[in-house]
Amino acid sequence: MSDHADHNTDHHEVNYVRIWQILLVLLVISIAGPFLEIQAVTLATAFGIAIVKAYLVAKYFMHLNNEPRYVVYMLLTMLIFVFLFFAAVAPDVMNHEGANWVKPRVVVVEAPVHH
Amino acid sequence: MAELIQPEATQVDDAHAHHGEQSFWSKYVFSTDHKMIAMQYMFTGMAMALIGGFMVYAFRMQLAFPGIEVPFYGTVTPAQYNALVTNHGTIMIFWVAMPVLIAAFGNFLIPLMIGCDDMVFPKVNRLSYQIFLLSAVVLVCSFFVQGGGFGGGWTAYPPLSAKAAYSLTGLGSSLWLVAVALEFVAFLLGGINFVTTAMNARAPGMTMYDIPMVVWMIVIASILFMASVGPLIAGAVMLFMDQNIGTAFFDPDKGGDPILWQHLFWFFGHPEVYVVLLPAMGISMEIICTFARKKLFAYKTFLYTTFGTGVLSFTVWAHHQFVAGIDPRMAHIFTVTTLLISIPIAEMVFIYIATLYGGSIRLTTPMLWALAFVAEFMIGGVTGVVLGASGADIYFHDTYFVLAHFHYTFFPIAIIGTFAGFTFWFPKMFGKMMNETLGKIHFWGTIIPFNCIFIPLFVLGAAGQHRRVYSYENFPDLALPHFQDMRQFATIALLVMLGFQLVFFYNCFISWRKKEMDAGKNPWKSNTLEWVAESPPPHGNFPELPHCYRGPYEYGNPDREEDYFPQNLPA
Amino acid sequence: MRPIANTRSAAGIPTGRLAVWWVVASEIMIFGGLLASYVMHRLGNPEWAGYAAHTNIWFGGTNTFVLLTSSLSAVLAHQAAEAGDGKKAARLLYFTCLGAVVFVCIKAFEWTTEIQAGFTITSNTFWSFYYTAAGIHALHIIAGGVIMLIVAESAKRNEELHRVELIGIYWHFVDIVWIFLFPLLYIAK
Repeated sequence: MSDHADHNTDHHEVNYVRIWQILLVLLVISIAGPFLEIQAVTLATAFGIAIVKAYLVAKYFMHLNNEPRYVVYMLLTMLIFVFLFFAAVAPDVMNHEGANWVKPRVVVVEAPVHH
Repeated sequence: MAELIQPEATQVDDAHAHHGEQSFWSKYVFSTDHKMIAMQYMFTGMAMALIGGFMVYAFRMQLAFPGIEVPFYGTVTPAQYNALVTNHGTIMIFWVAMPVLIAAFGNFLIPLMIGCDDMVFPKVNRLSYQIFLLSAVVLVCSFFVQGGGFGGGWTAYPPLSAKAAYSLTGLGSSLWLVAVALEFVAFLLGGINFVTTAMNARAPGMTMYDIPMVVWMIVIASILFMASVGPLIAGAVMLFMDQNIGTAFFDPDKGGDPILWQHLFWFFGHPEVYVVLLPAMGISMEIICTFARKKLFAYKTFLYTTFGTGVLSFTVWAHHQFVAGIDPRMAHIFTVTTLLISIPIAEMVFIYIATLYGGSIRLTTPMLWALAFVAEFMIGGVTGVVLGASGADIYFHDTYFVLAHFHYTFFPIAIIGTFAGFTFWFPKMFGKMMNETLGKIHFWGTIIPFNCIFIPLFVLGAAGQHRRVYSYENFPDLALPHFQDMRQFATIALLVMLGFQLVFFYNCFISWRKKEMDAGKNPWKSNTLEWVAESPPPHGNFPELPHCYRGPYEYGNPDREEDYFPQNLPA
Repeated sequence: MRPIANTRSAAGIPTGRLAVWWVVASEIMIFGGLLASYVMHRLGNPEWAGYAAHTNIWFGGTNTFVLLTSSLSAVLAHQAAEAGDGKKAARLLYFTCLGAVVFVCIKAFEWTTEIQAGFTITSNTFWSFYYTAAGIHALHIIAGGVIMLIVAESAKRNEELHRVELIGIYWHFVDIVWIFLFPLLYIAK
């Protein structure tokens, strides 16, 4: 009477090599982005592309779209907790001064660099 | 996947037939049977409780009679005092409450209550216990190295915990941290086992709402643990490196931030208290339904309220840091969320009361413990509301008021909850009944002294007595005679309470050693599936795995001759 | 000998896969906590851009290429296992494992050059985060590689083929962590 439903059988239309090629193109773009030296572009290519790449890997390689919905919800919930953690803690860690206190900006003298 | 689709074997004999004669080592030490692993966790947890209890004895004697040569311990130096209170807290939470409530009861009950033959990953289960045992050994070793055990509070705030020059316990601090980290790994492994087993391995016919509440509670607790411990594991790695390699994650002189540790710790620390609370609530609910002969008043409400509490528990953590220098706007937000979280818990207490109302109540020993859990926890809960208001907390933080609050929550959870579950399921675990008279003597001899210990501490806290101070002789406002009398009263109550625990151990011993297996399968006439198995259940649990036909609390069914309708009986 | 409990799937997916998703979920919290801590320091200390300038985007980019390719071979191994071809699945798993080895070698070389240039884990907190984050990730790569070898050993005998998918899911997760580590440590300067 137990249910052995397994929905992972319908992925043969996906060409994994094609996805891989797309991922590599995205990688090249994200490396090239900083060379334009426009910060907005760098951030968009670096992190925007990272999100797209992660989505592609999750969807096509991990077959997340073939899993029951609750798996996605579970993983998203964890991500939301990470963002919650960041949102609540960043105001403290990023703050460098308050009433009667200062968190000094520490600049370490660089070690001599050998090229 | 052809690998996995096997015909559902209900005959357990085939799967387990080849065991035959087992040596002492394979039966008791290296067992993969969930019931044996449960016993291992239970006994390790109880042994650690003795150590934690001995620590309380030593430092309470010091507080009550400063400078005294404590019998069986010696003089308590200030450094030892710090190590004692630190390790008392650490042990009670990580090596008593969690292994007993989650690992021991979870391991024993979950496969039995959902009607299967073992956990889904028995070898991972065994591994989790082995890692847990290693963590306990590492912790105990930390007391005997040079410098002694870590004394920076179970909260381990840097820079005290990060720099050996401050903590004076270089090796002890690192061993403490490694022990805690190993314990986390053990419970991550165990938690995955519990959640997967409860989700997947249920008896045919057992829907979501047919699962006994204690199983839900342990599963949700495991999920909360898994979701909250991650950042602290990262933080523990960072702290370990600060301690030993010279990094500066938490050192503001070099670009780090000590408040980051506090947030990493409490992001876990607050959900952690719900991690230990939920199993205790589940255990109490099972007992109350059985001995009131009543259905759980509002199963779905209770369940969804627990989900809500679990989610909310991730939004309250900085109430531990109101006076640590956090952004005051954050303090406002956390005050609101903290006060909000008292509502679902109150709701759950109402459901306990509604379940009891109109019931046919039998005050057996387990029932007394379960009722005491609800009553004492309520006191802890309402005093938490006082502390949740950031304005009040400015005064109360780090006083004994906080300490009394969390003992009125932790003691019901870890001690009362444990005794409730142990006295309730002892007949199932060992096939013999415990002595009711001794049980009741033990109960009253624990509860009355417990209140005598901690009510004076509320008073002392309100008077401004700071925590983690080795002696109040040099605090003129706190060294007043009537305050010292209260400290002594609390300590004597503690000695009385510790003395009554001997009654419990004696009861366990004589009950276990009884020749007659007088429990039978279902001495309490309870409705859930574990009572269908033999007492104690054999390897494989059920000769034929049960099907589930109804909910877990079908008491007082008018169509039945008996006043309960077990889950496994066809209609 | 598996307990009957292991063969049931009331939640709709096989037990092993359900467990691996829970492992991934808890790992999200571990890496998430670590990376969130890094990001808030990085944003709060703009001067760290000066330190971050010394990470080498070519090492990082090459490692990203290595991991993406190894993810491809891991999913192809899964495809082979589904078709019942254990030997092919094992070969592809060995190739993925090779990717893990190459990744670790490149990282070892990269770290050696950085340490010799004077950028050690205790140089400053940026470098502490850099080595810690990449180091914990590398430990996960090594662990994954070892498990992959064990799975491949059974797979080539056509045994326990379902495990190919399971180690694959773990591997893709470790790849995704690197997909985010790469811009955080190498591109954002």
